[in-house]
Amino acid sequence: MSNVFVPLRREKAKLVAPRDGFGEGMVLAAKKNPRIIALCADVTESTRLHTFRAKFPDRFIEMGVAEQNMAGVAAGLALAGLSPCMVAYAVFSPGRNWDQIRVSICYNNANVKIAGAHAGLTVGPDGATHQALEDIAIMRVLPNMTVLCPADAIQTKKAVTAAFERKGPVYIRFGREPMPVVINPHSTYTIGKADVLIPGDDAVIIACGSMVYESMVAARLLRKTGIHAAVINNHTVKPLDRTTIIRTARNTGAVVTAEEHQIQGGMGSAISEALSAECPVPIEQIGVDNTFGESGTAGELLTKYGLTSDHIVKAVLRVIKRKKHAHTL
Amino acid sequence: MKTYSLSALNTISANIREDIISMLLAAGSGHSAGPLGMADVFTALYFCVLNHAPHKPRWDNRDRLVLSCGHLAPLLYATLARAGYFPKKELKTLRKLGSLLQGHPHNTLPGVETSTGPLGQGISVAVGMSLGAALLKRSYQVYCVMSDAEQQEGQTWEAVMFAGKNRCANLTAIIDRNNIQIDGYVENVMPLEPLRKKYEAFNWHVIEVDGHNIRQVIDACNTAKAISEKPVLILCHTIPGKGVDFMEFSPAWHGKTPTAEEARRAHRDLHRLRTLNGKIISEHE
Repeated sequence: MSNVFVPLRREKAKLVAPRDGFGEGMVLAAKKNPRIIALCADVTESTRLHTFRAKFPDRFIEMGVAEQNMAGVAAGLALAGLSPCMVAYAVFSPGRNWDQIRVSICYNNANVKIAGAHAGLTVGPDGATHQALEDIAIMRVLPNMTVLCPADAIQTKKAVTAAFERKGPVYIRFGREPMPVVINPHSTYTIGKADVLIPGDDAVIIACGSMVYESMVAARLLRKTGIHAAVINNHTVKPLDRTTIIRTARNTGAVVTAEEHQIQGGMGSAISEALSAECPVPIEQIGVDNTFGESGTAGELLTKYGLTSDHIVKAVLRVIKRKKHAHTL
Repeated sequence: MKTYSLSALNTISANIREDIISMLLAAGSGHSAGPLGMADVFTALYFCVLNHAPHKPRWDNRDRLVLSCGHLAPLLYATLARAGYFPKKELKTLRKLGSLLQGHPHNTLPGVETSTGPLGQGISVAVGMSLGAALLKRSYQVYCVMSDAEQQEGQTWEAVMFAGKNRCANLTAIIDRNNIQIDGYVENVMPLEPLRKKYEAFNWHVIEVDGHNIRQVIDACNTAKAISEKPVLILCHTIPGKGVDFMEFSPAWHGKTPTAEEARRAHRDLHRLRTLNGKIISEHE
């Protein structure tokens, strides 16, 4: 199994911040590949790049608060034959340098990795300006781009090393808050291969990032009422694993998507696009619904904006009802 | 590398201008003034300055030229073709479906180092290539050609600040100071002066030249290469539309192409220019 046992209560889970996984992944990858270079826009410690900087000072480039230039410099390094990763908060990169990512990186098909840290609502008290809820949408729309949204710290580390082994632009988003570990450290990570964490026939919950944990909890809660909901960790938003997604959608006939991102244009939209073409079944989407966030703790925000296991349970019940209704029509 | 006499270089630049007019006429859209204005600078770069091998466009140690103001694509293509990167007959395909000669440069065309078009992006990429030389222990130079109006982009100054701090000595930026942009004269639309002082304040060495004096451009590039502690800016004062009487100095020709009749007149002007065979004295002197 690629997942670990997940306790129903967050306090009982092993909590690790995904950004820690990112920092470890960078060091691990850099040890293997001497061409890896890190660029950072004045957020070295908070993105956990400081270990990389200490170990490889000659391969660390401080960009200052200049994300547009960072994207161009990373493209230039890649075109020169290096393997750069540019690092900042997701609201600024790719939030602020989308045009540079589009032309200098994607249109060149430059081998640049883009790390969007502090993604999602759970960055909390900093408020709406700093909560990246649009980054998946603006990255997945770009040709040549790969978009990764790993489920926890363990998987973030694996995603970093996998990203460097993949040629071309790759975007990896991850959060700051410590969150439950759900992935088995010994499991393999394959870009573009969605993992079925929990099997089930009544409905399938397709989640990414922090919502994978919430979905696993939701599946356990549903199990107590006799509903068998499958859970898929869709860590690769692009390229989408259409095979696994269509197979499970066809098998269950009811789909719930869950992401810490705007519903509009995000991972759920990608699923919806795929299924509407090949397997149109009822879909419910969990995510932030066309609104900005606000200051608060991670837990408060997930509750207020409808991104908890309870919300997922209700969405599963709704979608199963819709499925039955559709069958009786 | 083959060496050219000054009169041979002047002939090449006149030929490039003639190619540009033919390409623009065939394409039916694109930019006229900038490409004509920078033809002498590009001639100096591709036929005297750059250490490159057109038959091996991906050679690791080649000097890189980044055209940040991608709308000068016709000039880049005409120069690359004449330098031997691809057959000259390709020039007629500019802006046509299926052509490698895109309206703005794409790096699938041999000799194009990076895709450009949105202003301000090329200088950052050039800075990255400049750092790449140090990290990979290579000794190439990086040249980045920018327009003057491009200096209005914030990204340009992020890159200029970074290159100054990091003493990117193998980086030479070249600004086409022709004082026109789409909406009018640059100094009216959004003034840049004192441009030289701004670059110097960011720890750059600045050289000013007459952009139609090929000798001056070559000398400035050699000086730039010899300066080891700073990036260098070569501020090239140019005449937009240079060589075609009715296009010179006019913002109206920034972003449009000649009609068949105008192209005939342009070719007549350029033919006169070329047959003077290098005895031209630029208006800037």
